[in-house]
Amino acid sequence: MTTESWASLVFYVVAICLVVGALAVVLLPRIVHAALALVFCFIMISGVYVLLGADFIAATQVIIYVGAITVLFLFAIMLTHHSYSADSNPVNSQWLAAGPVAVVIGGLLIWVFSQAKFQITSAATPGGVSDVTQSLGKLLMGPYLVPFEIAGLLLLAAMIGAIVIARET
Amino acid sequence: MEVTLTHYLVLSALIFSVGLFGALAKRNVVTILMSIELMFNAVNVALIAFSRYLPVPPADAAQQGLNGQVFALFIIAVAAAEAAVALAIILAIYRERRSVNVEDVNLMKW
Repeated sequence: MTTESWASLVFYVVAICLVVGALAVVLLPRIVHAALALVFCFIMISGVYVLLGADFIAATQVIIYVGAITVLFLFAIMLTHHSYSADSNPVNSQWLAAGPVAVVIGGLLIWVFSQAKFQITSAATPGGVSDVTQSLGKLLMGPYLVPFEIAGLLLLAAMIGAIVIARET
Repeated sequence: MEVTLTHYLVLSALIFSVGLFGALAKRNVVTILMSIELMFNAVNVALIAFSRYLPVPPADAAQQGLNGQVFALFIIAVAAAEAAVALAIILAIYRERRSVNVEDVNLMKW
């Protein structure tokens, strides 16, 4: 098999795992299992980023989502009651309406994406890992300096806010 | 069959709609947050696919088609902040109401 068809094969395997994992997050009856399925989804998404040549974003995805956000979720599940019972992840009273809404919006998006004529570049993936990472750093410290600093401020505000809100009074 | 931009966009749309269903139909607040994280990730996949496949306009040649990756980085930062604050709010609500069901948190319902 050529490299091209290997890449296609890997894409389809990752895509199927990803959709199954996402359905598991939504449909599994125990919330701890749903959180673990979410970890699986995040890892598969970092695989999609690798396929797209975005290695730095893939590493960031693993560190932040798999490492940090999942731990936050597991803490929240642990600290709230009844987290381990067999019906800890139930649907609410409007799920019959939510299903068609999600199907219609998903179908509409897929229809639009498959009809659209995108002007696709034939250029190969830009550079190697170190090239892309270097360019990203230059972009963040150059044209995107103000948004970068604002993101830092936002993270500080969120940290202080989370401590104040979650504190025992 | 070669994988093109459309494949990635369809994958992104599928994850997005699964996350949308979870956000609309689940009762546990933590699951709703997890579904919203799924939707964030679907949008990130679409952004990075666009940044990989669309041609770079001459005016943006200095950015080497990496704008989409920078946007994805900012989305990840905002999602991390959002998750921290939202889980703190969940803990505060749980302490007050002894429940994580959205249907029990109806103070603002008319």
